Amino acid sequence: MFLINRLRQYGIFVVFIIICLILSFISPQFLTVSNWTIIITQASINALLAFGVTFVIITGGIDLSLGSMVAVTGVTAAMLAHPDTYPVALPIFAGLFSGLLMGVFNGFVITKSKIVPFIVTLGTMTIGRGLALILSKGRPVSNLSNSFNFIGGGEVFGIPFPIIVLILIFTICSFTLKKTLLGRYIYAVGGNEQAARASGINVSQVKMAVYSISGLLAGLAGILLTSRITTGQPNAGAGFELDAIAAAVIGGTSTSGGTGTMTGTLVGVLLIGVINNGLDLLNVTSYYQQVVMGIIIIGAVVLDSWNQKSNS
Amino acid sequence: MNESPILQVQNLSKSFLGVKALDNIQFDLQKGEVHALMGENGAGKSTFMKILMGLLAPDSGEIIFERKILKSNSVHENLLKGISMIHQEILVVPELTVAQNIFLGREANYRNWLNDKIINQNAQELLDLIGVKINAQTKIKNLSIAQMQMVEIAKAVSTNAKIIIMDEPTSALSDLEVGMLFKIINDLKTKGVAIIYISHKMDEIFKITDRITVFRDGKYIDTKYTNELDKNALIALMVGREIGNLFPEKVNYKGEKKAIISIKNFSKKGKFENINFEVHAGEVLGIAGLMGAGRTEIARAIYGLDKYDSGEITLKGNKININSPKEAIEKGIGYVSEDRKALGFIPAMSINQNISLSSLANYSKAWFVNSTNEQEATTQLSNDLKIKSTGINQKVMNLSGGNQQKVVIGKVLLTSPCLVILDEPTCGIDIGAKFEIYKLINQLTDRGIAVIMISSELLEILGMSDRVLVLSKGKQTALLTKKEVTQEKIMQYAVE
Repeated sequence: MFLINRLRQYGIFVVFIIICLILSFISPQFLTVSNWTIIITQASINALLAFGVTFVIITGGIDLSLGSMVAVTGVTAAMLAHPDTYPVALPIFAGLFSGLLMGVFNGFVITKSKIVPFIVTLGTMTIGRGLALILSKGRPVSNLSNSFNFIGGGEVFGIPFPIIVLILIFTICSFTLKKTLLGRYIYAVGGNEQAARASGINVSQVKMAVYSISGLLAGLAGILLTSRITTGQPNAGAGFELDAIAAAVIGGTSTSGGTGTMTGTLVGVLLIGVINNGLDLLNVTSYYQQVVMGIIIIGAVVLDSWNQKSNS
Repeated sequence: MNESPILQVQNLSKSFLGVKALDNIQFDLQKGEVHALMGENGAGKSTFMKILMGLLAPDSGEIIFERKILKSNSVHENLLKGISMIHQEILVVPELTVAQNIFLGREANYRNWLNDKIINQNAQELLDLIGVKINAQTKIKNLSIAQMQMVEIAKAVSTNAKIIIMDEPTSALSDLEVGMLFKIINDLKTKGVAIIYISHKMDEIFKITDRITVFRDGKYIDTKYTNELDKNALIALMVGREIGNLFPEKVNYKGEKKAIISIKNFSKKGKFENINFEVHAGEVLGIAGLMGAGRTEIARAIYGLDKYDSGEITLKGNKININSPKEAIEKGIGYVSEDRKALGFIPAMSINQNISLSSLANYSKAWFVNSTNEQEATTQLSNDLKIKSTGINQKVMNLSGGNQQKVVIGKVLLTSPCLVILDEPTCGIDIGAKFEIYKLINQLTDRGIAVIMISSELLEILGMSDRVLVLSKGKQTALLTKKEVTQEKIMQYAVE
């Protein structure tokens, strides 16, 4: 009984290990350092978005504008990142700031208008896509400085820079959720918004905070992506929000709010990465990959709802 | 009552994960009787009801309904046979009409097409029959909670129910509406319908029921005629021991009895008008009145949950203006809501996290929570309040109602308030836990905290208050001292 409960608690982690074991038997390339470096580097952009949206989902909200924010911030950063123009700090700052601004916009509209986050961020998603096309006049922004391209393509002590960013941001996000006032309030707002307000929590402030963080991290993801592909693409990031939300949900964050962890989300991100990678190694076409991914998302949520039923 | 009973339950048992929820239960029900089922929370009442309804299958034992063994695990099937239940939480579809609700799921009786004409007519006849003045074509969302309850009863009657189970049917009703309900129950009785009546309210039990069966810890204790018992004897059966006093001895506060809060000309349009009172250190001010008298609305306005139109609040000599619960807490006001589930706690959070929720900033440096200090404080409080749990990390959703209430009170206490507003503090809590809540209230006043206690239970108001404010339709009709106050006086001013 005890063992089963334990396994259920770490359900998705166990699934992750099992899939890794299977893949390492099928494909000898799977369990190599170079392959895992690829998996994690590729997963880093989804990870940043997923961490941000985890905060949002725990409050009971959703952020559909992630992908568009990636495009806007990427294009913004790219336009300021041509060689011999500005120091590299400027495009980075501009990318982060434009993301933050869009996040603040989301938070502001959601808290002031009382329109559900789904609709508000759906609107922002379309606005963002338009903005990215306007800023770039519909063309990719290329010819970026080497120092800017280092962010997505460089290495420190042999470790790809995106992996370092991933570890750093994961640590900060996890710490924020577990150890800070904001983290506790995020759970409270998602767990019972009315009670949170009655307990003296400024619910609007908490919501503003999570959408702003989500925007800021989308900005970072936009910079990372632009730097990796060395171009600011106005069409970049389409559908990224769904992968990020999927990772959070696979990792045990309930879309009804109040529960979820950053570690869970990280496992969700890696699971998606590993499956994509494994299917690549097995030469499965991307069409089938999508079908498999969908099945896994539904499977994860079913597992989670069983879990909750057995708990109550 | 020499006829064979309409329902007879023999040796019924049911376990969940090895824990016996029901252990060899006996029960019988005669035609045309109102039979109370009593027991503290966790006594097994709801499991028993679920089995009767067909929601759960028993592990062993027999249910004999109209001389036949009832073997079914479908609610629908039991409904057709004539066992119907009116739930504590009203289950109606707000966007449909009264008639559509009454015949919901049985529309096919009127050919294959929805025919609102026929069901409207039938529903109206039904409502008239049981003496309820509601138009069958009104949408449910436009009804009061009491009226919705009447619709539920009409629905039960329309299924030709032979047994109606009523679970806390009066929890949302005013006294007048309770009277209406009792009239309907008496009508049903004369028609031979048997009613199983579950309620925490003693007065009602003695007024309306013929017999009383008591469960305790999943076991059958006894069945008695209502007129053989009195309140104390019944309580003794329920808790398994004599309770000498319903209320703990109160020690009068010895400190200076200065005014903590004073409310002047407090008004909010359509809710309450020109309210004036003071509460002193160490004093309990009871607020009595019927449903809709404006009691909760006043509390919510003081606490900053709602806005008010005009008036003055003075706290410890300073005029204050409160716009949110956050500001109220900072100024030293605590509020325990009547709606514990909606406003009281975060179910998925632990006892520790719930208790510290309102004062977490005090246990943090900059943005970081100091969990050692936090847990020290909440552990201490959890012990003081005698919260029964597996530890402070247990989730609050897994606690009993009484312990949940203690967690909410703990949360308020940790903010070191000078005024605590308790809105129906013992609502839905069993007798043993009630006594502990009362002791807690005395501990508050002992420390010089001013307490405002809103309650619909007159006994509680009489037993706990130093003074009683009576409201009627949003207006203040009396402010009675401990010496003046009686049940009759309160009722008289409450309906004024």
